Amino acid sequence: MLKIHVDMNKCQHYGQCVFDAPNVFRLNEDDKLEYEHTADDSERDNIQLAIDICPMQAISFVE
Amino acid sequence: MTKPVVIVGASMGGLRAAETLRKSGYAGPLVVIGDEPHAPYNRPPLSKEVLAEDVSHAAVAFPLAEILDDVEWALGNAVVASDLDAHTVTLADGTSIEYSSLIIATGLRPRRLNLPGQPAHGVHAIRTLDDAMRLRSELAPGARVVVFGAGFIGCEAAATATKLGCTVTVVGKGSIPMLRPLGQQLAEDVQRRNEAHGVTFISNACLVEILADEAGGRVTGVVLDNGQTISCDVVIEALGSLPNTEFLLNNDIDIESGVHVDETLHALRENGEPWDNVYAIGDVARFPIPQFDPKTRRVEHWNIPTEMARKVGKLVALAHGDDRDAHAAELEKPFAPIPSFWSDQFEVSLLAYGLLDQGDDIRLLEGDVGGDCIYGYFTGDAMVGVCGIGMRSKVMGYRNKVGLNFAQ
Repeated sequence: MLKIHVDMNKCQHYGQCVFDAPNVFRLNEDDKLEYEHTADDSERDNIQLAIDICPMQAISFVE
Repeated sequence: MTKPVVIVGASMGGLRAAETLRKSGYAGPLVVIGDEPHAPYNRPPLSKEVLAEDVSHAAVAFPLAEILDDVEWALGNAVVASDLDAHTVTLADGTSIEYSSLIIATGLRPRRLNLPGQPAHGVHAIRTLDDAMRLRSELAPGARVVVFGAGFIGCEAAATATKLGCTVTVVGKGSIPMLRPLGQQLAEDVQRRNEAHGVTFISNACLVEILADEAGGRVTGVVLDNGQTISCDVVIEALGSLPNTEFLLNNDIDIESGVHVDETLHALRENGEPWDNVYAIGDVARFPIPQFDPKTRRVEHWNIPTEMARKVGKLVALAHGDDRDAHAAELEKPFAPIPSFWSDQFEVSLLAYGLLDQGDDIRLLEGDVGGDCIYGYFTGDAMVGVCGIGMRSKVMGYRNKVGLNFAQ
């Protein structure tokens, strides 16, 4: 199981992560980021892409 | 000794290319060369957070993954020359490196004016971390700032400086700020919102002279080509960028307005034939986007360097591997990104997909002018771009509808 952390002080809700890992990240009706705090190992590559593409570099795995 | 894969450029594109090479199984020697002294860092905060807060390199540095532990970094050491036939690049310190494959990720540098009268301090551009930190030290509350250039960087810097308590005037060559990237309706809307926060815009004007105090040490004002003089303490030049391709001069390579690459990002000779071991990625690359049109363009958008780096890193790793079929299959997949950008100016938060400047018919799709809204950029019935103020999740819903499907 993967643990995911988004630093909500950094996050500006750009939603770039949503396209790389749509099962984990989404914007809600108020355009705010919501995300799954845990994900299956099969999502690792997608989440890594989302980490890379985050303009604010706000996403990380929790070791 | 095995010759290394050499990546020229140690910003986001170079970093992502190095990571992808390793993730795709390339285990051979890998050299990343950068002209700046810093390890790769994130540039979008330079016109925003870095100007407003006391942040250092550590705060904007990209984390370096363990898979990069055996990468050789040559930082603060620009590539100054190359011989593509001999497969060599030459660094500023005189070192020559022979490469197996070359990935060009040298990016852009700001276009500078170097106007008469310019003193040693007070005239700035924003491209590097050092640029932004120098500028920050002069953006004190009460400082009078003139920004020359009314594109995204200029308008973002103007918003940040205004929020810091500076008095800001933006001088633009065109009639409306951000006209080319946003189109008239949206550009006028964003201008009005910036003016409401106290930013002054002067249109259809150029800086022709910088005024300095008698010692020539400090800026006291600028002179415009319309005869107007503006007193100020700080000048920010935000006039767009030039591709860093000088090190490629004297080679058979098309470097007119960036490094010309094909759909698999191989650099092209002057006759249009590809180099089989030279690639270009990121802001410096001029490339076709097959779902739009057959033209080539440089695209200075956030997602482009990373997406190109992923493509090239995989291609180069396969080129060095044993699986010829996998390499051939990857060569059949054209690079076909959907350009994406955003911009923050005060409460205005823009998000866009596609090539807005290719649209000649701009339609309000949702919302109200002056409030949250979404515009579509059309040519004929095809939507080539979409841009919203706010309404992000709805803007994102249009992403996959953007394009001309030229290739089909």
